[in-house]
Amino acid sequence: MKMVTAVVRPEMFDAVRAALEADGIYGMTVSEVMGRGAQKGIALRFRGKTMPVELIPKVKIDMVVRDADVERIVGIVRANGRTGRPGDGRIFVLPVESICRVRTDQEDPEEG
Amino acid sequence: MIDSGATAFILVCTALVMLMTPGVGLFYGGLVRRKNFISMLALAFIAFALVSIQWVVCGYSLSFGADINGLIGSLEYAFLQGVGMDGDGIPDLLFMAFQMVFAGLTLAIVTSGVAERIKISSFVVFGLLWTTLVYDPLAHWAWGGGWAAQLGALDFAGGTVVHISSGFSALALALVIGKRLGFGGHGMEPNNIPMVLLGGALLWFGWFGFNAGSALAADGLAANAFVVTNIAAASGALAWLCAAWVRGRPGSVGIISGAIAGLVAITPAAGFVTPMAAIPIGAAAGLVCYGALLFRVRQGLDESLDAWAIHGMGGIFGALATGVFAVAAIGGVDGLLYGNPGQLLIQIVDVAVVVAYSFGVTYVIAKVVDLAMGLRVTEEEEYVGLDIAQHGESVRV
Repeated sequence: MKMVTAVVRPEMFDAVRAALEADGIYGMTVSEVMGRGAQKGIALRFRGKTMPVELIPKVKIDMVVRDADVERIVGIVRANGRTGRPGDGRIFVLPVESICRVRTDQEDPEEG
Repeated sequence: MIDSGATAFILVCTALVMLMTPGVGLFYGGLVRRKNFISMLALAFIAFALVSIQWVVCGYSLSFGADINGLIGSLEYAFLQGVGMDGDGIPDLLFMAFQMVFAGLTLAIVTSGVAERIKISSFVVFGLLWTTLVYDPLAHWAWGGGWAAQLGALDFAGGTVVHISSGFSALALALVIGKRLGFGGHGMEPNNIPMVLLGGALLWFGWFGFNAGSALAADGLAANAFVVTNIAAASGALAWLCAAWVRGRPGSVGIISGAIAGLVAITPAAGFVTPMAAIPIGAAAGLVCYGALLFRVRQGLDESLDAWAIHGMGGIFGALATGVFAVAAIGGVDGLLYGNPGQLLIQIVDVAVVVAYSFGVTYVIAKVVDLAMGLRVTEEEEYVGLDIAQHGESVRV
């Protein structure tokens, strides 16, 4: 199993979620986060002065999924979270060692 | 001769109406995205501060100075010359202040049309021009002895002056400034609904001062205005709730929007109709404004926070309903239902002129300001949000 963590623009989140849902991917943990990429945020300019906006609001989506689904899910997030401009976000894929369902104590349920 | 009871009452009403302006700020601030919350609140305070000064310099005089051809007041009261502690029932200074809080509130409502994308510097210039060229003449027409008053048009507390004018001006401004980035595609859900309800509550509360205070005395007419105000608000809230329920869920934003629709519609009528007439007026206003909102959304118009649907259309409905439900026993004039169809005709003329004037003049002012200095922030600033871009502040660090 893998953990797919996608950091996307807040305004693109609804489109990403709807596309994942349409593909049968429901399980996710979503957080509002602040972040920045290689541009170090955004620099606003006022009359010659620069005002850096260091951290930009983003939405982080965490999904634990089967290995076989990873590529498809990454593709869905990329296709639906993209505007083509800097700040569209990142997708990280991490290995997951185990899952425990709190309600049943069942280990490693085969689900995302 | 000063009446101490009336003076005490109008002092309190003036303070109540002042609270409506930050109330609009909280209402609008909760409805936008979090990155623009402070901006909406700040615009309300800027509107109030700006108009407070404009009003004492020339606004009050243009509105209530000696009539010039039915169109505008003279400058006899400019810089408050001759406006003192004496007066008829209440001090002239108090009447001036009571009218001032109306003017400030009206400009705050107009910010609906430019939510999340206006440059503050341009808003300041636009606001000064708008309140001088749109609000002041309208106030003169209705209350300062202008043509509408001479014609016999009824507007107890500002259906045309405050609501139709702010609603249609917000629409004109929205058309000039253009839609928000991503409008129609990106989610633009309200960031803080309890804050919307708190702002709405302050509006409802302040509206008692707005309407009852417009009697300008602590008397039976004020009591009637107070009672019909609450009935119409409640009736509007329930009507919108039911309409939204039929289409899905009874959202709380809709309930308070319905209350405001009822309040808007009863505003021109508050001193002319009976408490029982306030039930259909409020309920119909809730439905009319809800329908207008749906229409606005279908048309893809980004009059962002629905000043047009609620204040503009609610104001039109209220002004016409005044001509239908007015009864001589309350305000000395009968409407259509009591055998005076001519009153409805007068109301229609008044409404038509105010709609055309406020929309047209605002459109021109907005175009001029846009050409001269640009109404809108840059795309990058809009993306980051006006709290940071315009104020260097944010709700959450």
